[in-house]
Amino acid sequence: MNFNHDKIERNLGILLILTMLAISAGGLVEIVPLFFIKETVEKVEGVRPYSALELRGRDIYIREGCYTCHSQMIRPFRDEALRYGHYSLAAESKYDHPFQWGSKRTGPDLARVGGKYSNDWHTQHLTAPRSLVPQSVMPNYPWLATTALDYSDIEKRMMALRTTGVPYSKTNAEYERNVKEFGETVAKSLHIPDAEKNLIAQAQLGNYDTNPDNITEMDALVAYLQMLGTLVDFKKYDDDYFVKFR
Amino acid sequence: MSEEKVKGPTTTGHVWDDDLQELTNPLPRWWIWGFYITFVFTVVYWLFYPAWPIGSGFTKGVPGLNSITYTATTVDGKEVEKTTHWNMRSKYMVEMNELHAAQKQWFDKVAATPYEDVAKDADLMQFVNSAGKTLFSDNCAPCHQAGGQGKIGFSPNLTDDHWQYGGTYEEISHTIVAGRQGYMPPFKEVLKDEQIGQLANYVLSMSGEPHDAAAATAGAALFQSETAACYYCHGADAKGRTQMGSANLTDKIWLWADIPAEKTAEAKVDAVKKIISGGLARGVMPYWNERLKPEQIKLLTVYVHDGLGGGK
Repeated sequence: MNFNHDKIERNLGILLILTMLAISAGGLVEIVPLFFIKETVEKVEGVRPYSALELRGRDIYIREGCYTCHSQMIRPFRDEALRYGHYSLAAESKYDHPFQWGSKRTGPDLARVGGKYSNDWHTQHLTAPRSLVPQSVMPNYPWLATTALDYSDIEKRMMALRTTGVPYSKTNAEYERNVKEFGETVAKSLHIPDAEKNLIAQAQLGNYDTNPDNITEMDALVAYLQMLGTLVDFKKYDDDYFVKFR
Repeated sequence: MSEEKVKGPTTTGHVWDDDLQELTNPLPRWWIWGFYITFVFTVVYWLFYPAWPIGSGFTKGVPGLNSITYTATTVDGKEVEKTTHWNMRSKYMVEMNELHAAQKQWFDKVAATPYEDVAKDADLMQFVNSAGKTLFSDNCAPCHQAGGQGKIGFSPNLTDDHWQYGGTYEEISHTIVAGRQGYMPPFKEVLKDEQIGQLANYVLSMSGEPHDAAAATAGAALFQSETAACYYCHGADAKGRTQMGSANLTDKIWLWADIPAEKTAEAKVDAVKKIISGGLARGVMPYWNERLKPEQIKLLTVYVHDGLGGGK
């Protein structure tokens, strides 16, 4: 039998069946792996969602377009390990919506920048990068240190992420679940009704912008940068522990 | 409207609306064969690399064809040889094994040599200088600047003879391992503006900067008094205490107030006054014992002490 396009195009039944077959093949390839995504995320201790202040810092990171020049993904290569540290894990960005892996590095990777420099350094460097790194091409962000942080909608921001599956707690039951999973200190920082109180407390205690008098966007952004890549303690694992997940 | 048949290789064969036909121009042969070859390539790929997801696992390729053997270090420091299927992370283990093998003899030698003997071995010092420069550029240069010259108002110069926290090998090593936290209390609540001015003049006088002699004399008394108690941290001789990182005020080296850049005597006084009244909650050096390995810290210590010079 001569089976060609002519046949398909003139026969609605065949056209329908073949169209559905083609679409489901594509759909299966895209959707089925999502059901197994938990298996590909490394089982590792310490990863937690962002605190209220860090979350606002992350929003500012996105607003200022930091991701256009900075990636947050250390690949498993020798040269990257030597410069940036242990390669990034899927687990480390499991609460990121959207993730900040990036694919463009005009500046260095920031996946493990947390704790590498002082708060003072970050504040000075964000305000005037060339005052510390003469060859830098990074723009100045002087308004961060002078703009008061708007945290009036922090609860809404956390609610939105909760909808996508980030375990911020709204009810007492959810809070108790977080205490079991993350311990009491972290669970408190994830409780949405206390978000504003927690944000102010963290900013005042941390004094990230080295100006204790007010809470600025600099406080939030530096708080975010200072926790990047610090959650997993790699000394707790054999150095090939993460091989088996790939 | 032309009655001519459409010219060309072939048409699909059917005609719409009397004369509407569709050409079928076949793709070139080389292209089609290239396409089929990619099919064959995928099958070869499945044999060598992780490919098909199956349930909660995936096909790992044919053992033997794609096995990778590497040496892993366990949590308690044991070295174990392991064989696994090819993947990015096992390949990375091999890359890191090769790196350690290449550098091991040098790092072992650095670890086995007492600090003060490293610089006497020219070959070893060459390794320290080259590996140290890389480590320093990646980790230290953002604050201490590319040559270790520091930055007034920010980080100390590592190439001179003055050490806030001590310049022996042990002290430098401790600074890198545990970090430092500078602190000077603010005096604006405790002292009158006039008194702060007197202290500023005294501080400037010790470095031979222009000052008001009468105010400096009053400042000197204040410095040693229980009211200001400057001597408590900076020492009765004002030469600082390395145990707490308080500055030597007599050595003409300025870290926080940029005295050399201030043109007038008033501006110099004001710059020092600002520090005394506001204090300092700065001068934070991060700790590196989690980011760097012990052998890297020892190498950096020697690099800072002997490579950059200025160590004690």
